[in-house]
Amino acid sequence: MASLTRKKRTILPGFGLSMGYTVFYLSAIVIVPLSMVFLNTLHMGVQPFINAVTSPRVLASYKLSFSAAFFAAIFDAFAGFLVSWVLVRYRFPGRKLLDSLVDLPFALPTAVAGICFATLYSPVGWLGQFADKWHIGIINTPTGIVIALIFIGFPFVVRTLQPVLEELEPEIEESAYCLGATRLQTFRKILLPHLFPALLTGATLAFARSIGEYGSVIFIAGNLPMKTEIAPLMIMSKLDQFDYAGASAVALVLLLLSFAMLLVLNGVQDWQQKANH
Amino acid sequence: MIDNRRKNSDPAAVQVLLTILVLLFYFSFIFLPLALVFSQAFQKGWEIYLEAVRDPFTIEAVKLTLLTAAIVVPLNAVFGVTAAWAITKFNFRGKSTLKTLLDLPFAVSPVIAGLIFVLLAGSRTPLGSWLGEQGIKIIFSTPGIVIATLFVTFPFVARELIPLMESQGCEEEEAAITLGARGWHVFWKITLPNIRWGLLYGMILCTARSIGEFGAVSVVSGHIRGQTNTIPLQVEILYSEYNFTASFAVASLLVFLSLIIVLIKGLIEKKFRKNSIQLQ
Amino acid sequence: MKFHTIKKITFITSLLISTGLQSADALAATAPATLLNVSYDPTRELYQSENAAFTQYWHKQTGQSVVINQSHGGSGKQARAVIDGLEADVVTLALAYDIDAIADSGLLSQDWQKKLAFNSTPYTSTIVFVVRKGNPKQIRNWDDLAKQGVSVITPNPKTSGGARWNYLAAWGYKQKQTGSTEQAKNFIKSLYRNVPVLDTGARGSTLTFTQRGLGDVLIAWENEAHLILKEFGADKYEIVLPPVSILAEPPVAVVDKNVAKHGTRKLADAYLNFLYTPEAQEIIAKNYYRPRSAAALKKYAANFPNIKLFTINEVFGNWRSAQKTHFNDGGVFDQIYVP
Repeated sequence: MASLTRKKRTILPGFGLSMGYTVFYLSAIVIVPLSMVFLNTLHMGVQPFINAVTSPRVLASYKLSFSAAFFAAIFDAFAGFLVSWVLVRYRFPGRKLLDSLVDLPFALPTAVAGICFATLYSPVGWLGQFADKWHIGIINTPTGIVIALIFIGFPFVVRTLQPVLEELEPEIEESAYCLGATRLQTFRKILLPHLFPALLTGATLAFARSIGEYGSVIFIAGNLPMKTEIAPLMIMSKLDQFDYAGASAVALVLLLLSFAMLLVLNGVQDWQQKANH
Repeated sequence: MIDNRRKNSDPAAVQVLLTILVLLFYFSFIFLPLALVFSQAFQKGWEIYLEAVRDPFTIEAVKLTLLTAAIVVPLNAVFGVTAAWAITKFNFRGKSTLKTLLDLPFAVSPVIAGLIFVLLAGSRTPLGSWLGEQGIKIIFSTPGIVIATLFVTFPFVARELIPLMESQGCEEEEAAITLGARGWHVFWKITLPNIRWGLLYGMILCTARSIGEFGAVSVVSGHIRGQTNTIPLQVEILYSEYNFTASFAVASLLVFLSLIIVLIKGLIEKKFRKNSIQLQ
Repeated sequence: MKFHTIKKITFITSLLISTGLQSADALAATAPATLLNVSYDPTRELYQSENAAFTQYWHKQTGQSVVINQSHGGSGKQARAVIDGLEADVVTLALAYDIDAIADSGLLSQDWQKKLAFNSTPYTSTIVFVVRKGNPKQIRNWDDLAKQGVSVITPNPKTSGGARWNYLAAWGYKQKQTGSTEQAKNFIKSLYRNVPVLDTGARGSTLTFTQRGLGDVLIAWENEAHLILKEFGADKYEIVLPPVSILAEPPVAVVDKNVAKHGTRKLADAYLNFLYTPEAQEIIAKNYYRPRSAAALKKYAANFPNIKLFTINEVFGNWRSAQKTHFNDGGVFDQIYVP
């Protein structure tokens, strides 16, 4: 079926080879290993599965992971927008350096990032001492989790938005001004609709990445049951009770949610493409 | 100044304000953590720093990390090119799902990324016990670390290439084929030169991520000093031994590595731009 | 043509993978006799000294040089790694329950704890408090931890072996004092209400207390408490010994299947037996673990003030039932946090 539709479109060779290798490699590295999570929950029965994934503590941890990831993604959307705008539109000394540093969160081990933030925001840390003076708790609160997740997710927004912004010609805006539009109107009516799909893509990627994040969060989260316990920690603590099935069950739920998130994202990307045409 | 085409119309006041906001963000989320790493690493001076970095266990960790990256990056690069070729040059049903599946490792929790390989090839599983009988060690050994890293860095190259090749289209290749060129010839002479900078950038991101991966590797490593510790795991071990200076010294190695990577990336982009100007 | 390229790709792929495999093998081959000791977090310094002493001892005895590899981490996590294929020759973990779990997987026999003297625990420890200098909150006993306005740092019993000892020590104290599990439960409830952060491991809690400046009191292993004074300054912290605490027995065992596979049975047995020798017992005492040997205990008596210690079997029956009642999902610890 697939090859039939293809032949009408292109005369290029290598479909069988490239497709075969793609599917083989994808299966070997991603699909088969991930299916283990599913297989490990099979023998546990429906009721124990439901109990494992809907106990109050687990539910509270989903809620925390999702809401922290959500707020971090929102912040990342704003900060990422700002950063890409300044990096693309303005010229100032050190801009190249700032641009390069965007990728730092990709490269820095999450544990190092976690230790850094926990140290910075502790009551005796460089930033935490001010917060402590004003009685704002950061470390061991959801706020701390959001801070770590902002760091983790922010490159996704910038790196998705930047190319779109670079392609956008300032002439369009200028002609809008010439036609008498105000700055705000131009931004709202012309810029934002054009950039919005990319912004949404970036923020969704940041969101999806943040839900499962462990290394950087664990040092700053506090890990109190029902309050500051993230979902990946629930998997860890089930494993430490040698409860592989329970851990797989929680993992499966997280996995399905991430997959759903990516499907939505794909829809967004298709929409983006249509919007561009 | 450098690039006159990109004239911008924001008033000076707005420019200054936005730049200050961006600098504030960088200050609190990038510069401060970096400053912390370096201030702790050099707290006791250069000599202690060098001593920490020259520790035999640290050197073993660096070797293992580089070996892992050296295996992972080429494998994922070959895959990335193949997948991008299949996805962008042909139309087929299920393309969208395939693209989603390629992205999946981005969204999988590192904890799960490690867990799945233990569930697949740990010694309690059929595959694991069979491998054990053959005397092959996967989990808690170098191959396990390599495979977990393969998983985590899986999407980077493909994700970089797909949009690039989509925007380039297939006309050049199709013209060559029509003129009688053979498939591989077309790939080496036309496609690869067209995508080389994007490919290199994807490989660089892949390298950066494979050097820095902590969560997934931590689950499959076994934490044997001098044998299955990568640089990030070595940082964590030193930290939990209350050896903060050494821990941050090793962490600063990672920062240096990523800064080098970032520099190379900058050079590549310059080349890239020059290249595209020449093309025009 | 096509087939040829597929072959090429497969060849390169397998080459790359086998390079990885070989380099792992090479590491194993170049070493002399090796032993892998999989242990829990706070024993890093102890086994560093013990391994050095044993290497010398073994060389003197047999002329063979030996390398002992160490792996440290949370006790439960380490047990799980061994179950999943980390080929430990010996395990030295924080609690018997974790080695029981390894025994359940068939890697060693169920009666492992009877194989070595003193329940296979060459040293013991107990649970004490670390407070900030001058003891500003006047913390003297377990009851003080449950008072309002006291902030207590202890790790998460779900993920840390040491944390389980902490919890059981507090529970046992109250149960022995009042004779009622109901009161013990209420006590534990109000104690954990004072805990602002549950780190995943004992070392994490120490860092929270010392580096992040959180909490008035840290519940810790006795050996860890002394290490804190040494590493972070005796001028900043002091140790408070509660009048009653738990006798923590971190056990050791040879992993039968793995030593059979590696041919290291003799070496592994010798290694664990070495821990009971006067030389090793002295190292144990120097590292602030309570030695089993009376001689070493006497020599370092100043380090180990006499406090009343109860065993886990006395109050909880055994580790399996303690684990089941208190720490498994839905257990007493979980109930504390049910609103």
